[in-house]
Amino acid sequence: MSEIADRVKKIVVEHLGVEEDKVTETASFIDDLGADSLDTVELVMAFEEEFGIEIPDDAAETIQTFGDAVKFITEAS
Amino acid sequence: MFDLAGKRALVTGASGGIGGEIAKALHAAGAEVALSGTREAPLRALADELGARAHVCTANLSDPDSVEALPKAAAEAMGGVDILVNNAGITRDNLFMRMSDDEWQSVLDVNLTASFRLMRGVLRGMMKARWGRIVNITSVVGAVGNPGQGNYAASKAGVVGMSKSLAYEVATRGITVNCVAPGFIATAMTEKLTDDQKTGILTQIPANRMGSPEEIAAAVLYLSSPEAGYVTGAVLHVNGGMAMV
Repeated sequence: MSEIADRVKKIVVEHLGVEEDKVTETASFIDDLGADSLDTVELVMAFEEEFGIEIPDDAAETIQTFGDAVKFITEAS
Repeated sequence: MFDLAGKRALVTGASGGIGGEIAKALHAAGAEVALSGTREAPLRALADELGARAHVCTANLSDPDSVEALPKAAAEAMGGVDILVNNAGITRDNLFMRMSDDEWQSVLDVNLTASFRLMRGVLRGMMKARWGRIVNITSVVGAVGNPGQGNYAASKAGVVGMSKSLAYEVATRGITVNCVAPGFIATAMTEKLTDDQKTGILTQIPANRMGSPEEIAAAVLYLSSPEAGYVTGAVLHVNGGMAMV
C-alpha cells in the first residue's frame, strides 16, 4: 500500500473509530464504516490538513469510499 | 459555577452597551476575549479596563471580506475560538411601505449573513475540539414583530431558524447553538426615548422596568458555560415577561 493510502487509512481509523481491516478499497464511509454526513465533512477537512491540499465541495461529494479518497489525494498532491 | 478558564471567546459588537457587558461577564468567568466592533477606540478602552486576556479585533460586518477575516484574526490572537457571541446588530427602521431595498439588505447583511459567516468560520476549530458554544443575540421583536422593524424582525427571526438548524447538525460534536432574545434593555439607545415613550413601553412589561445589559450578559454566560452543555437550539427570552413565548 502506498504511503498516501497509509496516512489516509490512519485518519479514517482514528476519526471513525473502526478496525483497520474494515477500511478496504471499496469500503464506503457512510454505508460500511458508519460515518454520518458530518463525519464525511470532517474527514475531508482532515485530509486537507494532512496533505496540504484543497478539496472543493463538488470533488468532496465524489469521495464516497476509502479508495476514492486515496485516488483523489494521490492525484491532487 | 460557570468557570470559563482556558476558554476563548469572540464577542461582536463589543463596543456597545450589551456587547461590552457580555465581554466583561465572560472575562470575569475566566475566559480570554476577543473584542470586535467597527470602532477601535471604545474596544481598546474596554480591553485596557479588562487587562490581561483581552484582545481587540476590529471588523466591519457589512463588508464580507472583513467578516471572513474576523474568525481568523480572533483565532490568531487567542489560539482558537471556543465561544462565539454574535451580538452585533444594526437597525434601519422604516415603515414597510417606505422601506428601501437598501434598508432591508443592509440589516439582513449585518444581522443575519454576517452571523452565518462568523459561525461557519469558527466551526472547524470547534468540531476538532469537540467543544463549542455559539450564542446569538436576537430580539423579542423577532418573535412578536414590531411596526417599523420589518427588516430587523426578519433578520432576528432568521437567526433563530439558522441557529436551530446548526444546533441539529453539530449536537453530537459537543457544540451548542442558542439564542438570547432581549426585550427592552436600558442602553444609550433607549436613553434617547422621551419619558412618555418610556412610560408607554413599561405598560407592556409585567416587570415594569427595562432590563439591564448585565441581565443579558448573565444569560449569555450561562449558555456559554460547560453547565449548559445539554441546552441547544433554545431561545432564552430575557424581557421581564413582555412576551412569554
